[in-house]
Amino acid sequence: MVANPVVDPAAGVAPGDDRTVDLTGLQTLIDVLAGRGYAVLGPVVKDGSIDYGPVRKVSDLPVGWGDEQAPGSYRLRRRDDDMIFGYANGAQSVKPVFFPASEVIWRGLRDAEGAVVPRREQHDEGPYAVVGVRSCDLHALGIHDTVLLGRRFADASYAVRRADAFVVAVSCSDPAGTCFCVSMGTGPRPTAGRGAPFDLAMTELLDATGHRFLLEAASERGVEVLREVGGRIADERDRSDAASVTESAVGRMGRWLDTEGLKDLLYASADSPMWDEVADRCLSCQNCTMVCPTCFCTDVEDVSDLAGDSMQRERVWDSCFDSQHSYLHGGSVRRTTKARYRQWMTHKLGSWIDQFGTSGCVGCGRCIAWCPAGIDITEQAAVLREES
Amino acid sequence: MAAVTKSRRPTLAVWKFASCDGCQLQLLNCEDELIPLSGAVEIAYFPEATRAVVEGPYDVSLVEGSITTPEDLERIQQVREMSGRLITIGACATTGGIQALRNFADVAEFRSVVYAHPEYVSTLERSTGIAEHVRVDFELRGCPIDKNQLLEVLAAELQGRRPRVATHSVCVECKARGNVCVTIAHGTPCLGPVTQAGCGALCPTFARGCYGCFGPQDSPNTASMAQVLSRHGMDEPQIVRLYRTFHAAAEAFREESERHEAPAGTPRRTS
Ligand code: SF4
Ligand code: SF4
Ligand code: SF4
Ligand code: SF4
Repeated sequence: MVANPVVDPAAGVAPGDDRTVDLTGLQTLIDVLAGRGYAVLGPVVKDGSIDYGPVRKVSDLPVGWGDEQAPGSYRLRRRDDDMIFGYANGAQSVKPVFFPASEVIWRGLRDAEGAVVPRREQHDEGPYAVVGVRSCDLHALGIHDTVLLGRRFADASYAVRRADAFVVAVSCSDPAGTCFCVSMGTGPRPTAGRGAPFDLAMTELLDATGHRFLLEAASERGVEVLREVGGRIADERDRSDAASVTESAVGRMGRWLDTEGLKDLLYASADSPMWDEVADRCLSCQNCTMVCPTCFCTDVEDVSDLAGDSMQRERVWDSCFDSQHSYLHGGSVRRTTKARYRQWMTHKLGSWIDQFGTSGCVGCGRCIAWCPAGIDITEQAAVLREES
Repeated sequence: MAAVTKSRRPTLAVWKFASCDGCQLQLLNCEDELIPLSGAVEIAYFPEATRAVVEGPYDVSLVEGSITTPEDLERIQQVREMSGRLITIGACATTGGIQALRNFADVAEFRSVVYAHPEYVSTLERSTGIAEHVRVDFELRGCPIDKNQLLEVLAAELQGRRPRVATHSVCVECKARGNVCVTIAHGTPCLGPVTQAGCGALCPTFARGCYGCFGPQDSPNTASMAQVLSRHGMDEPQIVRLYRTFHAAAEAFREESERHEAPAGTPRRTS
């Protein structure tokens, strides 16, 4: 496996550094991060879903919101409590924060002599502090670190954004009907040393005595921030309550993917009739790959103005469902939707393991919920297993 | 086209057939880019914008509108002969436009109902796109076209490169823009998955479903799409209407609309 190039400086972090804060302390955390110069991003309600957006106050967060997810469907719902992180996940992971859908990677202007003079691109956003990253998405971020930074020519802008970012991961308490992190070994609780490095792990605890947030440090930066935030030293009750939150979430996973020998099963199933059946429903619309937190395929496009005096090169998200994705001299290799779906699923759950040492799926369930046709990767895998 | 030197600007002509002029207006809407455009090309024939006429032939012709009359049939041949490169603009020129709804009906019948003197109206049975009649070098889709795509196509023509015009679905633009899907999160039917990108996912950005202005994407699964539409509350006549809006005569949309037409046994015409 290619090692994750973002080194986790968690050495020297001790459980004694962990703190427990109340709602005021959560506000302090946001303030401390902002005070340290971070652009603080967190979950916010947007257009019937949850997205990452700028957060200044606790009230900007999705207080009292939960979600219902099923194949081809996502609905926000009012919870009967004031949980802030009581939804499972939103329309997108942190992918667009670190790896935007399009990015100018080169610009050139023609000078008086007609020569093209390159311009360096400036990245003036960030550094970001992202609050509320789910364990599944943290694992996906780890995959992006491996893929985008571990290769010979790293994605330069991604590297800058990632190195500077402060990540507050959050434990899930209420998984959605589409979640299956437990079967992928990626959740529901962020664990130091697994997935991308993070700075703090937060578990929200809400009971008759009120709101508590257990904040566990996972990096030296995290320890420093916690010192500034204050709060009381986390005690045994906080820890055991957090453990029960996780235990209950584990028991309420919406889905299960049997990963035993899955790679070989996929390799042996290239001619399965399942691919024809799924292609009847698949729209080749690309939503699954656009919402998948691990999908990393890109295209490079050149554009120039009318006079040909100014030109730029853009890195844009691409997808194996795009007819042009497999375009070689003379035509596309994967002309049919069947070939594209087979490529996607076989790579995601099979050849990814050969390539990067892990599955390409972290079990977030987004490709299931956000597929207009409601195609369910766990169900398609189960069909292959039944056939075998 | 050959590399262009500044000494002789290529000539550009803009032609109109059966259409609403909306696509030509997109060219006029280019505002800030009009001056660089007139520096890059000589606008030689563009009645919508100027009376000045430079004699053909023209290096590049933009053709708006569909073929609906016997005269159109002849004129499009002349335009083709006079043009180095011929680029069609808009839904009408691509697949016959809204007026291709006639392809599903009896033209003689509604002509007699609508006009006092139907004998004066000379029209074809079907409204068709330009490529059904002459060779077309590039088809720019949209109802209307997107002005940035138009500028990109013209820039690509001038520089002899491939235009950056995607043929994938509207969903790709929708997601790139960071929209929340209106179908998944609100239950609103949306034609985006089978429609070609180009508008920047305009309607979903304003919480509406896509109407299909840019016609079918390159891999349109219109049958599965119809099932999704129906699951989100559209009945058969609504599905027919959605597929028969701006690109009624596009092969993929036409076929699917016919599958959802009135029950078997009811007489109907096909195009
Ligand atoms: S699996 Fe679903 S989301 Fe993915 S391309 Fe097919 S229809 Fe679209
Ligand atoms: S394949 Fe689907 S469930 Fe797996 S990580 Fe991607 S979007 Fe999530
Ligand atoms: S897949 Fe697991 S970690 Fe991800 S949102 Fe669902 S429960 Fe949380
Ligand atoms: S709103 Fe429409 S265009 Fe956007 S992703 Fe959903 S189905 Fe596709």
